[in-house]
Amino acid sequence: MAGVVILGAGHAGTQAAASLREAGFTGPVTLVSDEADLPYHKPPLSKSFMKQADAPLQPLRGAATYAQKDITLRLGVAVTAIDRPARCLHFADGSRLNYDRLILATGTAARRLTAPGADLGGVFYLRSAQDARAMRAALPDAGRVVVIGGGFIGLEAAAMLAARGIAVTVIEMATQVLGRAVSGAVASAVAADLVANGVTLRCGAGIDHLSGAGQVGAVHLTDGTRLPADIVVVGIGAMPEVALAQAAGLACDNGVVTDATLATSDPAIFAIGDCAAYPQAQLGRMARLESVQNATDQARALAQTLTGNPVVYDALPWFWSDIGALKLQIAGLSHDADDAIVVHRADGSLQSVWRLAQGRLVAVETLDSPGEHMLARRLIAEGLTPARDVMASGDMAALKAAYASARALPA
Amino acid sequence: MAQITFIQPDGSARVVDAPEGETLMIAATTAGVDGIVAECGGSCMCATCHCLVVSGPTEALPVMEDAERDTLEFTAQDMQDTSRLTCQIKATEALSGLTLRVVGR
Repeated sequence: MAGVVILGAGHAGTQAAASLREAGFTGPVTLVSDEADLPYHKPPLSKSFMKQADAPLQPLRGAATYAQKDITLRLGVAVTAIDRPARCLHFADGSRLNYDRLILATGTAARRLTAPGADLGGVFYLRSAQDARAMRAALPDAGRVVVIGGGFIGLEAAAMLAARGIAVTVIEMATQVLGRAVSGAVASAVAADLVANGVTLRCGAGIDHLSGAGQVGAVHLTDGTRLPADIVVVGIGAMPEVALAQAAGLACDNGVVTDATLATSDPAIFAIGDCAAYPQAQLGRMARLESVQNATDQARALAQTLTGNPVVYDALPWFWSDIGALKLQIAGLSHDADDAIVVHRADGSLQSVWRLAQGRLVAVETLDSPGEHMLARRLIAEGLTPARDVMASGDMAALKAAYASARALPA
Repeated sequence: MAQITFIQPDGSARVVDAPEGETLMIAATTAGVDGIVAECGGSCMCATCHCLVVSGPTEALPVMEDAERDTLEFTAQDMQDTSRLTCQIKATEALSGLTLRVVGR
């Protein structure tokens, strides 16, 4: 028996290996990654990993766990092809590995900056441990940093850099940060917090080119502005890693296409996590999500399916971002939202935004309000929409009471 | 260093050495305690390091802060009087001998 081979050892792949064992799978499990590091948590790379020059990676599982669970690790090896007829992976070193079931958990790659000068030294991305180590090594000599891209990675990095006393400017093409990921109210509140902590934001700004002799020295905007920079951090999005799947003839469309049980167009091959485009239950259409929650919940669901208990994946998405001291949490998906209820605290600060689609609660964005986030997850997952004045109150006691009474009613 | 016992979902016990200042969640995941997923890595967000305090020097536990209480209250597995998120508990010598039952998910 060739067992299950998992390609990619990020949050999704590593959880899949662990969950297969927890679900009682006794055949061989092999976790394959082209990264040499023991599988690690990705979110801390832009935050705690940067704080100290010698901060270790935070392992997803202890080193001994893999042997204890009889999970074979093949790290630091590149896969060159998936041979579907032979159910076999080909490695760059010429070796091969057979599978009965293959799980693609290949994740995403950082979208590369294409402006002239993008290949200068001192231009960093923040996707892998290797990226993070390279950037961390350059930080002691960096007094001025330009961050290109006002998404989650860029803003988390900007807040971390500003906290170190580095002068940071964030360049965002759109008119506000965080794009369509959050409501305008949350984007404004996050932007205001960053500015209050010393970050300079330039929205509606385009990159013309980067200049420097070997090492980057400045970022030039399309309006002619020259921003001196010792290093540049690029966070302009991510693209699903589908090259192997595509070359193997698997259906791909903004990710490796799966059905509701996460099976690809080849019934022996499955896809989970950031690389998978699947029928998203809450949206009612195909979607690809980039999040830790999506990665680990899909891994758990697939482990059930592969151990004889087929599961349709329908978990409610949730998401978080620690931007400096600000804790942003999102429950649900706001893609189809057409209405928003904005809740402020007594001191005027933004507490949450409740987002509705055709009158139905679909997502709640909260700032430093973890209880509200957790309750929102339950409300949305259970299809409950509290009365408008209760949502607008932002009052936990009222929200809890609404949830309890809705739950007490027969479905 | 604190010796912490985790009762895993299958009922078996695992004794784990938690280095001073490290969270019990990190100690548990490093040792491979079953059922502790720690999906958010210790940001007090996912409640997948949820444990129940069973016995030992419970008086040495840090006081629960609002974020931990709020996160626990609506976690998938219902909160009990003895519920704690192990990512919010840093190991101290005084916690040695603590026994926790993994709730996980």
